[in-house]
Amino acid sequence: MSLPPPNPELRRQVIAIYKELLTLGKDYPLGPSYFRPRLHKAFMSNASLRDEAQIRQGIARAEFVRKEIEALYYLKRYRTLRKRYDGV
Amino acid sequence: MSALRILVPVKRVIDYAVKPRVNKAQTGVETAGVKHSMNPFDELSVEESVRIREKKSAPGGVEDICVISAGPTKAQDVLRTAMAMGADRGIHVEVKEGEDLEPLSVAKLLKSAVEQQKSNLVILGKQSIDDDANQTGQMLAGLLGWPQATQASKVEFGAGDTVSVTREVDGGVETLKAKLPMIITTDLRLNEPRYASLPNIMKAKKKPLEKKTLADFGITADKRLKVLKVMEPPPRQGGGKVDDVDGLISKLKELGAI
Repeated sequence: MSLPPPNPELRRQVIAIYKELLTLGKDYPLGPSYFRPRLHKAFMSNASLRDEAQIRQGIARAEFVRKEIEALYYLKRYRTLRKRYDGV
Repeated sequence: MSALRILVPVKRVIDYAVKPRVNKAQTGVETAGVKHSMNPFDELSVEESVRIREKKSAPGGVEDICVISAGPTKAQDVLRTAMAMGADRGIHVEVKEGEDLEPLSVAKLLKSAVEQQKSNLVILGKQSIDDDANQTGQMLAGLLGWPQATQASKVEFGAGDTVSVTREVDGGVETLKAKLPMIITTDLRLNEPRYASLPNIMKAKKKPLEKKTLADFGITADKRLKVLKVMEPPPRQGGGKVDDVDGLISKLKELGAI
């Protein structure tokens, strides 16, 4: 039995955030080969969602993860440079 | 009130997370096949110029943000990154791989770039994380005869083209005030550089990128400095444990500390 097609607008948003995360993952400290399968799995596990509220929730969660990863990169770099140049 | 024309020089350096290796000839570090990215201090200056525009903190507004980089063809990648972060256009000055410019040559190049682009504010990273010279901004200010505020941790604009720059010094902060045109170099706590989003990376590919040569700026890649030898720091000697106070005292005596 196949699922009904999802809302095209939401589908677009999901793909956009997936691509965005994939690009972010290229700089992941453990390497893109660690990041990519996990990202894929996380999205695949929700692929059967058809309830719009739930999809929106998923997108919000992906956005949250994106911000977290950006913060992780920033902090990692900031701390390394601080250690190197401020001698703390 | 003049509109700002900001020039942001950026440098492509070995990524901060990579541990550099000295090459076999001991003349420098190995650069082939090593991850490169934009110098983190330059990212701070790109971010600051974009923020000045977004927050409308300059009363005259920001007319133009131009990034410039001198380096091999791959230096265009960092220019694109800077444009994805929000710079308007880029200038790439082609310099052959391995023919690195010295801070003085870079300062002379930037001086003529400032004149060509009619910039009235130059925001540089305080230093690059590869040769750590911390000289370019100061030399540029000297060549142009402009005021300089180095290692800024805060930049504010006032009336009549004045700029207040706060910098962290030993035991507190220092605030400098100067009139445009001026030079600012950035310190680590100035801002938090953004991560370029995918749509912005795509848009940056369409932004204008001028290609120039050193001759366009009347510069040659002559060297005044000669690198004699590059060495890794000696490995750290392990410490030793002592059992009691007497052991400590005898150890210190042995080392001639007391």
